[in-house]
Formats: sequence, structure tokens, C-alpha cells
Amino acid sequence: MKYWRKPLDLETTPLARGRVLVVKDRCKGCEFCVNYCARGVLGMSKHFNRKGYHYPEADPARICVNCRFCEAICPEFAIFSVEDPQT
Amino acid sequence: MASKAVLTGTHFMNGDDACCEGALAAGCRFFAGYPITPATEVAERMAKRLPDVGGIFIQMEDEIASMAAILGASWGGVKSMTSTSGPGFSLMMENIGLGLCTETPCVIANVQRAGPSTGLPTLVAQGDMMQARWGSHGHYEIIALAPSSPQEMFDFTVRAFNLSERFRLPVLIMADEVVGHMNERVVIPPAEEIRLVERRKPTEPPGPGYLPFRPEADGVAPMATFGMGYHMHVTGLTHDERGYPAMDAKAQAQMMERLIGKIRQNRAEIDAWQAFGLEDASVVVVAYGISARSARGAVAYARQEGLAVGLVKLDTVWPFPEEFIAGLAGRVKALVMPEINLGQMVRELERLAAGRCRVELVPHPGGAIISPTAVLECIRKVLKEAS
Amino acid sequence: MNPEPIQAALPCHPQDDLLRTDRIPHIWCSGCGIGIVFNSLITAIKKSGLNQDEVAVVSGIGCTGRMAGYIALDSFHTTHGRAIPFATGLKLARPQGQVIVASGDGDLLAIGGNHFIHAARRNLDLTVICVNNFNYGMTGGQLAPSTPFGAKTTTTPLGSPDEPFNFCALAAACGAVYVARWTALHIRRLTTSLVEAIQKKGFSFVEILAPCPTAFGRRNQIRKPVELLRMYHDRSVVRNDLDPNLAVIDFAGNLVVGKFVDRTRTTFLDNYGLVNRREAPDWLGLEHERLREEKARAGAGQ
Repeated sequence: MKYWRKPLDLETTPLARGRVLVVKDRCKGCEFCVNYCARGVLGMSKHFNRKGYHYPEADPARICVNCRFCEAICPEFAIFSVEDPQT
Repeated sequence: MASKAVLTGTHFMNGDDACCEGALAAGCRFFAGYPITPATEVAERMAKRLPDVGGIFIQMEDEIASMAAILGASWGGVKSMTSTSGPGFSLMMENIGLGLCTETPCVIANVQRAGPSTGLPTLVAQGDMMQARWGSHGHYEIIALAPSSPQEMFDFTVRAFNLSERFRLPVLIMADEVVGHMNERVVIPPAEEIRLVERRKPTEPPGPGYLPFRPEADGVAPMATFGMGYHMHVTGLTHDERGYPAMDAKAQAQMMERLIGKIRQNRAEIDAWQAFGLEDASVVVVAYGISARSARGAVAYARQEGLAVGLVKLDTVWPFPEEFIAGLAGRVKALVMPEINLGQMVRELERLAAGRCRVELVPHPGGAIISPTAVLECIRKVLKEAS
Repeated sequence: MNPEPIQAALPCHPQDDLLRTDRIPHIWCSGCGIGIVFNSLITAIKKSGLNQDEVAVVSGIGCTGRMAGYIALDSFHTTHGRAIPFATGLKLARPQGQVIVASGDGDLLAIGGNHFIHAARRNLDLTVICVNNFNYGMTGGQLAPSTPFGAKTTTTPLGSPDEPFNFCALAAACGAVYVARWTALHIRRLTTSLVEAIQKKGFSFVEILAPCPTAFGRRNQIRKPVELLRMYHDRSVVRNDLDPNLAVIDFAGNLVVGKFVDRTRTTFLDNYGLVNRREAPDWLGLEHERLREEKARAGAGQ
């Protein structure tokens, strides 16, 4: 992540880590979460859900910081994140 | 000193005031209304009386809002009512349907005046009888009572609340301008002598399996109200027993069965009429509301003349007492109905008589009551032509 | 037919406790903003710390009107336009309850406009949430009292000749004590506003500009849900405390959002209690009495 000013406590404060969970059959493919994920974690799956929509999936190479914005912006209650216990 | 909810004693009061007192005695604690002649006195008295008994009176912006507000209050667990006349009754129709669909107890008093449209605001009619039955869209069963005196305005209002709580639906009091405005003796019994019916509450605790619209054996579902913790959904859409919208013909059939069945299956509790001199009658006058008093006069005169005439005064007009009238039609020569319209309830008589006896209307376009003489003349004519 | 349960294996969504999950997926189209507002409302109800048995959600007819059917609280879906008068009766019958009205712009301010005006005037203690999607979505996209001048709908195929309402200015003029407007993308601020509106005593009003890609966007050259959401957000400017008369919605310029009004007025029930106590002076003195009580209450609150 790029910073316009390096926070003074960057070294001392651990970044939160999250894990994205998708209730894929609730998704209707609006892509709000993909477009507004601050860390670019999400992309649309090539697969279809039961209703015939592509649904989001998290790129394991990218780091979710558990901001839960995807959870707030999802009109379908189809995506949310939880704190990753590994960190 | 705060006045009591039940004004036990003998009073000289008009029908509108008696209607208000009946409501308070029945436990009504919420009134939302809009001024309209000749029903305004009900609202005015409510405005004065409700604050003293811990109730709320609110004058709404129109009758649509009034009707919606009393439904809201009923779901808040409070007995509620409104009063109006023709034009306001028309505006209430959509939300009366909402009350029927959502099985909401409440009472609407329609003090009828002559129409159509603004009509004769200060003068009597009985022109809303079919509107009471069919005015809201869709098919339904409804209960309507027709008082013919200030005393009955009191008694029937109490009964209207009892029926609405018992069967979970809006109950109509189809009064009229003359009954509303005439002053007569009204006896209000002691509170403990007034029989009150309260809505049945669910016995099971709140939980995911709770079905707010599942009827019991008598066809009526117990009613939880808001704030009891049941977290239920109530909608005017066709819904299943969970209260969830269900958009198909099967769900519609089940809901209609419930809404209609609970009235049809309990007719014995709802039907009410008073009969005089039916034993030897070859002509029976069937009447309701203020016209039942014209009829009573006419029947008294006729019997003085030695004519074999009986009287049936309908206390419950909807549902119409079908079996009773059909039975009557099979053993008399004629049924005569005076009503202050040009033929509404008489159609029910014609339908039930089904050609087995003569059915004669004594019509009046509205603006005045029917004179007993007009009814008497009809009786004489019918008897003469029958012999 | 009820759909079979969905994905039982996955952990529950954090909002599932207040959702009727057996009715999800809901009926709103892909990219509809109502779901975002609904999500925000659920968060706000949780944050406001109310006893959830005491909360009732009342809605009218239309897309937003379906909100009541998805929330696992006491909820009532009224006839078209009549959510506010129903809520009036409910609130007055149970003053201890918290009544939230959630409905669309057409329901609340066209067919229900009269009730809106008078509930605000009386300062009934209601929270009114208006999802403004600039058209009637449920019936396929017809003219609404919010449709921008010139915008196309199925009943204004060549563009709307009507001037739209400024709902926030109307609410403020009628006496609302809390008035705010956000777009569906201002999620955090919207949630804060909803909490404030729910906690506010009196008639509070929150308007949300929400995308309707299916019916409105499609006919007005913005088909993609994301584009519509972004456009509303990009054109919005936050002007807290601005006179709501100046808070215009001008698609050629700015969509002014913010918290415009937050003030105190005695509510209908306060006044009802005051006048019916009977020891109160005549109506000229009553106003004085009311101000005195208002001041005492404000003092006690601090």
C-alpha cells in the first residue's frame, strides 16, 4: 500500500488482517464490493452461483485489512469479513 | 375530577354521544378521526373524554390517515375506533381492506347521510349499506351492525368492539344521521355488568416456530401485538401463516379460506335480530336502523287493523342472516323492506326469497325518514293483492 | 414456493440475526441501493442500543416498502402511502416503542405527502427514512416526485416536464427536528445519521439517494450499477448545517448532502400531556409554559 506520508507508528502498530467470506448464492453480481475494496482484494469469480450470477472472491495474494466495507456496501448480505486468527 | 370510563346511570343523550360512551365502556382508548357531519359529535366527545381515561384522541389530516392510524393503534395493543360519514367512509375503504387482510380489530362508525358525493350533509340516508359490504376491493366477509336508537348506539358499539376483538376484523356500525342526532334516554349499566371480550393472545412464547396467522379450531388466530417480543411481519399482501408474502394462487386460496371461514363458521355468534309477531304473520316487514322504527310504527298500526303482520329488525346487517330470512320467505306471503335508499338490502331479501314469496321495497331517496304510513300502505297493498 | 435454505455450511452473516434469512435473497435488483440502506439501518438499530422488542419498522408500498418484510423485528407493510399514519397510531398507542418508517420517495412524498407534512408539523416521535431512487421502481420506472426535470421514465418517455421536490427542505419547513441526506455510498455517515435520527426525539427524516439501475439508470444512459452509485457520490458535496432550501439536487451541478437540521421541539405527546393536564393557562400562556418545559428538559439533558 502506498502512503502519501508514512505514519509515525507504522512499524509499531500491527495492521489488522481479515478473511473475506462470501455467501455466494446470495450474490447478484453488482460488483460494488469489488469496486470499493480499498485493498483491491476482491475480483469476480468465473463461476456462476445458483441464481446465475458471477460472485466475488478474494485474491489470496492480496491482504484484507478487515475494514468491513464490503460488508457494509453489499446490498445482498452476501459478503463479510472476519478477523484472521493467524495474525 | 377525572370522569370515569363508564358513565353508569340514566342519561338523555344523542346517538353520537352514546356511541362514544359505548366505545369507552368497551375499553376503547384510541380515536383518530376527521370532522364530518353528522358524525362529528362522536369525535368531539372523544376529544373531551379520552384524555381523562388515559386514552389518546388525535384529529388526523383526513379519513385515510384516520383509518390507518386506528390500525396502527390496534397493533399497538389498544382498542381503537374512528367515526365518519359517507365521503369519509369512501376514503377509508382501502385501509378497511388492509384491516381485513391483516386481521386487525377496530371499529368504524358510519353515521350515514344522503349521497352520492357531498349529497345532503345534514340529512339522513341509508345509502352506504352495500358499500359497507363490498366497498373495499377484493372479496371478503365483514361484520356490520345497524343501531336504531341512541341506546342501541351504546349497546351496539360495545358489541362491535367485542366482535372485532373476537374475530379480529374491522367492525362497522352503520348508523345514520337521525339516530346520531336524536336525543333519547340512554341507560349505561354498571361497568361490571358490561360483558367485554378481549382479543386472544398466543399462549406459546416468542420463537422461530411462531405462526402469527395460524387459526385455532374456531378459525380465528390468536393475536400478538407489537412490543410483545414476537417480531412478526404483518402485510396487506397475500400472506401465509407466518405472515410472509406468498404470491401464488394456493396461498391466496388458503388466506381467503381463513378470512372468510372465520366469519361464516361463527355465524351463530354474529347473527342478531329481533322478531315480533311472526307466529301468525303472512306479511313480515324486515327493517334495520332508523327505518326499523318506521316499520315498528307501521306494524303496530297494521295489527290494530287486524292485519297479520310481523316485524324483523336486523341488528346485524352483515353478514346477512341468510338461513333465517330464507326460512321466513318459505312460510310468508310477502316480505316488505323500508330503507332510505332506492333498493340495497332488499336485494338480499329477493335473493333469499328466490321467488317463493313476494318482496316489496318501500324506498326513500334520502333526506328524511320513511313515514310509518308509507310502510303501512305497502303492507295493505301487499295483503290486498295476496288475498 | 419457498426456496430451500442456502449454503448452510458457511458461517452466518453478521446481520443475519436481524434478517428474515428464510426470505433472503430479497427481491431487489442487482445493484439496487435499497439493500445498502437496509444494511445500514440494521447496523444503526444495533448501534442505537434499543431494546429490539420495542422497535417496529413500518413501510408503505414499493421497492423500499419491502424492507419491513425482511427485518426480523415487529414490522408492518401498509397500503400505498399510509406508513406514516399507521405509524402515528402505533406510536401513540405505545409511546414506549420506537417506530421507524422506511419507504420510498413516491410512497412517502407523492401518495403519502399529506401525511408526511402533518406528522412533521405535529412533531410525532417517528424516524422516517426515505430511499430516493428518483422513480417508481416496483412498477417498472414511472415518474416520481423526485424525478429530475427532463429525466426519462416510462410515463415521461421524452423527459419529465415536472419539477421535483426538495424533500429535505419540505421536511424542515414542516417542522422536522432532524434532517439529513446522504447517498447510498456515504455508508458510515449514513449509519451515524440513522443512529442520531433513531435516538432523536421527534420527527426525524433521513433521505438517501440510491441507485436504481434497472428502471432509472437504464433509461437515463447509466446502466451499470457501479457507475450510477459512483456518479451520485462523485457529484455530491457535503454541506452540514446548510439551510436545506439551498441543499439542491442538481445532476448538472452538485448533489448537496449532509446533516442539515438538528434542533429541539416539543413532540405531539409532550404537548398532548401539557394541554390535557387542565391546570395549564389559556392558549396564549400555554406557549410560554411549553417553552419553559422545553428549557427545563434541555437543562436536564445536559
